[in-house]
Amino acid sequence: MAEFEPVLTANIHKPDSHTLPVYEASGGYQAIRKVLGEMSPVQVVDLVKASGLRGRGGAGFPCGLKWSFLPQNHPGPFYMCINADESEPGTFNNRILMEQDPHQVIEGIMIGCYATKATTAYLYLRYEYPTAYRRLQQAIDECYAKGYLGDNCFGKGFSLNIYMHRGAAAYICGEETGLIESLEGKRAWPRIKPPFPAIEGAFKKPTVVNNIETLACVPHIVNRGVDWFKSMGIPADPNNPRDPGSYGPKLYCISGHIEKPGCYEMPLGVTCRELVERYGGGVWKGRKGKAAIPGGISMGLLAESEWDTKLDFAGPGKAGCLGLGTAAVVVLDETVSMVDFLHNSCRFFAHESCGQCTPCREGTSWSERILYRIKQGKGRLKDLDLLQTIGDSIGIMPGTTICGLADGAAWPIKNALKKFRGEFEDYIKRTNPNGWANAQPVEALEVIGLGAH
Amino acid sequence: MTTVTAPTTPVLTPDMVAAIQALFPRYPTRQAITLPALHMVNAKLRHVPMAAIPEIAKLLELSPAQIYDTLTFYGFFKHEQGGYVRAWVCRSISCALRGAEEVLEKMCDKLHVHPGGTTEDGKITLEFGECLGLCDFAPAVLANEQVYKSVSLDQVDEICAMLKSQAEQQANGTAIPTL
Ligand SMILES: Cc1cc2nc3c(=O)[nH]c(=O)nc-3n(C[C@H](O)[C@H](O)[C@H](O)COP(=O)(O)O)c2cc1C
Ligand code: SF4
Ligand code: FES
Repeated sequence: MAEFEPVLTANIHKPDSHTLPVYEASGGYQAIRKVLGEMSPVQVVDLVKASGLRGRGGAGFPCGLKWSFLPQNHPGPFYMCINADESEPGTFNNRILMEQDPHQVIEGIMIGCYATKATTAYLYLRYEYPTAYRRLQQAIDECYAKGYLGDNCFGKGFSLNIYMHRGAAAYICGEETGLIESLEGKRAWPRIKPPFPAIEGAFKKPTVVNNIETLACVPHIVNRGVDWFKSMGIPADPNNPRDPGSYGPKLYCISGHIEKPGCYEMPLGVTCRELVERYGGGVWKGRKGKAAIPGGISMGLLAESEWDTKLDFAGPGKAGCLGLGTAAVVVLDETVSMVDFLHNSCRFFAHESCGQCTPCREGTSWSERILYRIKQGKGRLKDLDLLQTIGDSIGIMPGTTICGLADGAAWPIKNALKKFRGEFEDYIKRTNPNGWANAQPVEALEVIGLGAH
Repeated sequence: MTTVTAPTTPVLTPDMVAAIQALFPRYPTRQAITLPALHMVNAKLRHVPMAAIPEIAKLLELSPAQIYDTLTFYGFFKHEQGGYVRAWVCRSISCALRGAEEVLEKMCDKLHVHPGGTTEDGKITLEFGECLGLCDFAPAVLANEQVYKSVSLDQVDEICAMLKSQAEQQANGTAIPTL
C-alpha cells in the first residue's frame, strides 16, 4: 500500500495552523467559493451523497442522505447544529481539528449550511475544550471581518451566522436530540424519534446535526471529487444491500496502554493490529495486549485475538462489537483486570445516563453497583447472569430506551462477559470463595453501593 | 399592614445583564440563553447563587423553576462557591489505565479534600471528571484552562503547587480571565 497522505490533518503541524492566512495559503476557502459560484444546494447534497461520506460522530449515517431528508417546501428557517460535544471516552479527534485547523471546520460548516439552506449554525462545544473555544471563536471573528460570514458571504448573497454554544459537562448532550434540547436551554433529555431533527429539530424547525469531522471532510470532497474520496476505504459489500461502504480518510485515536498515544489519519479500514503495532508503536512497555476498545467505550471490546478486525463501519460489528463508533481505540494490556475495566465502564454510564428511561437509569446504576461489589470481593457467580440480563435488556436495540446511550452501556458488559467470562468467574471464586454463606445483613446493605461513587 | 423587604443588591451586575441581552438576537427563543447565562454567572462568581435564578428567569421571560430545572440537570453548576481554580482529574478509561485513580487519590490527600471539595483556603476545587478528550495525554488534569498532561504520581506535589499559584494569579487578577 502506498503511503497514505493525510488530508484532514495535512496542516496541523504548520506554525499558526489555526489562523486564516495559513489556511488560505494552503488553498483554504476555495471549496466554498466554488460551491457558492457554481453549484446549487441540491448539487452539493448530491455530490456528498455520491461520495459515500458517512457520519463520523458515531452512528455512521450517510451524510448526503441525511441532508436530503430536509423538507423541500418548508418556509424555514433551517438550522445546522454542529456536534462538538465529543465526550465518548477515548475520543479526541474533534479537539485536534478544532484547535489546530478551525478554518477547515468552518469551511465545512459553510458548505453544509449552503447545501441544507441553513442560515444559522450553532456549534455546540463541550465545556472542557477551552482552547478549541478560543481558536474557533477567533477563526469565526476572522471570517466575519473578511466578509466570509454574515449577511453576504463572499459577496455571493448567501447569509450565514455561526454561533458557539458551550455545554456543561454532560455526555448525553452529544446525542443529537439531547444536544438540541440542551441548546434550547432545557435539560438534555433525548427526544423520542420520529420526528427526526431533519423534520423537527432545533426550535421545532428542520435541523441537521453533524459531527465536526464529518463536516471537515466536505471541502475536500468539493475540491477533489467523489472518485478521489471513494479511492480510500472499504467498498460496499455487494452481498449486503444494507452496507453503503466505508469511504474516505478517518482520524483514529489511540490511547490507553500504547507506546505512542495520538490521533492518526488513515483511510477507513485499517486493522486494529496495524494501528497498535505500526502507528501506535506497540503495546505499552513491550507488554502483551489483552483487548482493545474499537471505537470509544460504548462499542465494546475486541479481544487481542480479534485485532485483525478492520476498523471500517462494518468491521467491529462482525467481531460482536456495537460498531465503529468514534474509531477511538483504547488498548488494554495483559495486566488489566476485566473486573476493573467493566467497573470503570459501568460507572461512566451510570454517571452519564440522563435518567428519563427507567431501564437505562436503573440498569446502568445497578450494573455499576454489582461491579463494585464484585470488585470488593463480594460478588456471586449469579451476579454475572444478572449483569447479562441487564446487558440484554437495555437499549434501543431491545426497544426499551429512548436513545443509544443504553446500548453503549450494555455493549461493554455483553462483550466482556462473552469474551472474558472465565476471568470474571475466577475472580469471584478467588475473592469470595464462600459466596454469601457468611454475609451479614448489615454488610449487604453496605455493599449495595455506599462508596460506589 | 405594610411589609418591608430589605433592599437587596441584584446578583447580576449591569454588565452581566447587558452581556446576556446581547445574546438575544442569536436565538429564536430566550430560553436558549439559559446555559450561556448560567455560564456567565458561574464564570464571574464561581457558583450560581439561588438569588441569581429569579433574576435570570426574569430576563429570559421564564419561570425560575425552568432555570432551576436546567441548572440542576447539569452537575456542572453548584450553589456553593468553588475555588479560584477548578481542577478536574479524568477518571475515565484511558486515564484510569494510566493511573488516574491513584493520581486523584494522592491529590486529594495532598490538598486535604474529597473529590468535589474545595480546599480550606478557598483556592482550589478538586473534582473527578469523565473523559476530558485529552486521552492522548492520559492521565489528564484540566484546571480552568490549563491542561496538565500525562501526570505521574511523582508529579502530584509539583502540580498541586502549580494549582496553588494558578489560583493566586486568578485571585489577584493577573491570570487570563476564565471564559
Ligand atoms: C449517548 C450518545 C452520545 C453521542 N455523543 C456524540 C458526540 O459527542 N459527538 C458526535 O458527533 N456524535 C455523538 N453522538 C451521535 C449523534 O447522536 C449523531 O449521530 C451525530 O452527531 C450525527 O453527526 P454525523 O452524522 O456527522 O456523525 C452520540 C450518540 C449517543 C447515543
Ligand atoms: S437511554 Fe438513558 S441516556 Fe438515553 S434517553 Fe434514556 S435514560 Fe436518557
Ligand atoms: S479518558 Fe481521560 S481524557 Fe479521555
